[in-house]
Amino acid sequence: MSDRIFGGFGLLLAVFYIWAASTIKDSFMVDVVGPRAFPYIVGTILGLCSLYFIIRPDDEPDWPHMREFAEIFFAAAVMFAYCVALPEFGFLISTVFATAYLTWRLGTLPLWSLLTGVLTSAGIYIVFHLILGLHLAEGPLGF
Amino acid sequence: METLSLLADGFSVALTPQNLFLAIMGCFLGTLMGALPGLGPANGVAILIPIAFSLGLGPTPSLILLVSVYYGAMYGGRISSILLNIPGDEPAMMTCLDGYPMAQQGKAGEALSLSGVASFVGAFVATCGLVVLAPQLVKIALLFGPAEYFVLFTVAFATLGGISSTNQAKSAFAAALGLGIAMIGSDSQTGSQRFTFDHIHLYDGIDFLIAIVGLFALSEVFIFLEHHRGGAAGSSAATKVGRIMPDFGMIKRCIPSMARGTGLGFFSGVLPGAGASLGSFLAYSLEKQTVDRDGKTFGTGDPRGVAAPEAGNNAASGGALVPMLALGVPGSGTTAVLLAVLLQLNITPGPLLFTKNPDIVWGLIAALFIANFILLAMNIPLVGIFTRVLMVPTRILMPIVAMISFVGIYSITGSSFDVMLMVGFGLAGWVLRKLDVSLVPVILGILLGNQMEVNLRRAMTISDGDWLTLVGSPLAIILWIIAITGFVLPMMLGRRMKNKMEAARNEEEFVGD
Repeated sequence: MSDRIFGGFGLLLAVFYIWAASTIKDSFMVDVVGPRAFPYIVGTILGLCSLYFIIRPDDEPDWPHMREFAEIFFAAAVMFAYCVALPEFGFLISTVFATAYLTWRLGTLPLWSLLTGVLTSAGIYIVFHLILGLHLAEGPLGF
Repeated sequence: METLSLLADGFSVALTPQNLFLAIMGCFLGTLMGALPGLGPANGVAILIPIAFSLGLGPTPSLILLVSVYYGAMYGGRISSILLNIPGDEPAMMTCLDGYPMAQQGKAGEALSLSGVASFVGAFVATCGLVVLAPQLVKIALLFGPAEYFVLFTVAFATLGGISSTNQAKSAFAAALGLGIAMIGSDSQTGSQRFTFDHIHLYDGIDFLIAIVGLFALSEVFIFLEHHRGGAAGSSAATKVGRIMPDFGMIKRCIPSMARGTGLGFFSGVLPGAGASLGSFLAYSLEKQTVDRDGKTFGTGDPRGVAAPEAGNNAASGGALVPMLALGVPGSGTTAVLLAVLLQLNITPGPLLFTKNPDIVWGLIAALFIANFILLAMNIPLVGIFTRVLMVPTRILMPIVAMISFVGIYSITGSSFDVMLMVGFGLAGWVLRKLDVSLVPVILGILLGNQMEVNLRRAMTISDGDWLTLVGSPLAIILWIIAITGFVLPMMLGRRMKNKMEAARNEEEFVGD
């Protein structure tokens, strides 16, 4: 069933892709094939494969339970929040909390998670910013 | 002779103090990453690309760093196979079969040093093979026109699923997905905006590094979260090594096994669609059939069963560099990531690389030789350091991996939109892996999509719109035959090969995951 749903999504994606390809505007430069031909080919392959998934689905994969789904969902949400927080609060502060969340969810005790977060954040800041000179996000306090 | 003098020039490039230091660092980091379950060569190199790039290293030093990581990870994969029966990376799977029983008999040190030597032999011979074979392949590749190149890319996609693939439609879907993503941005030929939907962040297309780090490294973090695997891979008791110095008598007895493993491994590395996993599998199976026909000693800690697959897996990783450097077409996930390194440095691999930038090619090859010696030195006396890494719990390690991925991408793009895109790729990678869709064709599609299209359009321009030009030369027809065979063969053999590989793995109780 999963493969059929996946195939359905794939088919929608293929139709959307081909439609989007058909809206590509020509520019003043032209070549024989034009900018739409290759995307059409790609879209067609996407569509054909998706049809195959619908007709001949594989065995059901091991889907996790709701709890693990929630786990993945919240982890992704924290990562997205981290991306938003980076320019607002800077690298050091944002990283402490993002790391603490992830290590907590992987089984560290809450208080130790915060400590792991602080150590990871400081460690990465020292190695990558202070020693190697990489550009990290700066917050209002300058780090 | 010409090759030798070029190689000598290469050594003079690679032996500068800075490059030597980078090679040592790379070997160390690579072995570390290879040893840790969940962080294979592809992930390791992927995370380090943006960092090497934003350090502002030149092309040759970055390449030296990253190929040392690649070779190091191939060496490191065996450590957790032998000590814990958990392969550190996929090609090291076969090493579990005899390596773990040896460790249980208290011969962990011997197994580690023997496999270190076997890795060295495999990788060293394969690097020599690379020196000999790549320039020959370049001569053939110089005959390729745009049409042949287009078909060559098709060969790469058609064979990427590999002989053990069970669902070719999924490989094809993954490839098309990657190619589709590569089309986003302004068209290189005419400048038309494609699939950007007037979104300013998409005008330049999606940086392949974002996709690679997201799909490989972050999806791995999600897998760990899903399984709540937070503990350490090994306990202090399991990582006791014992006697480290190799037993020379044992090594001598294993020389024929290493030779056979190396030969098979190198060929599966060079051939499209085989790669290191198949190399070590073939090496192990052949060895079993040659020296242990009744199945008495293999699987119970026979040293030859450690030497053969380790030589095979490392030889394959050297062999895989041949098509990547000479044709610009990688045959495996890790070499696809190395292709990304080259593209990121604005170097297009392929025949022209050998004529235009011989210093890069030969410096790289010399670096491989040097990395081999460094790794041999690092892996025999210092193996104790690497076994201790296995005691770091993943609940601390995986968040660090995630954060370093974020740091890398942010430092090259400086935009939080791109970092979010990476999280999106990580999620998509998790779903695709659940559905058994391989991620390697997606990456390869993103990397090669534009070149593939450009070659198609050039061929069409030359032939004035005649599609038959794609089958217009004997070379192109041969390539089509390879592509079709490579795509159709797994449909018939794929399930059988996969079952065989899994059967070999399950013969003894497999306590991995």
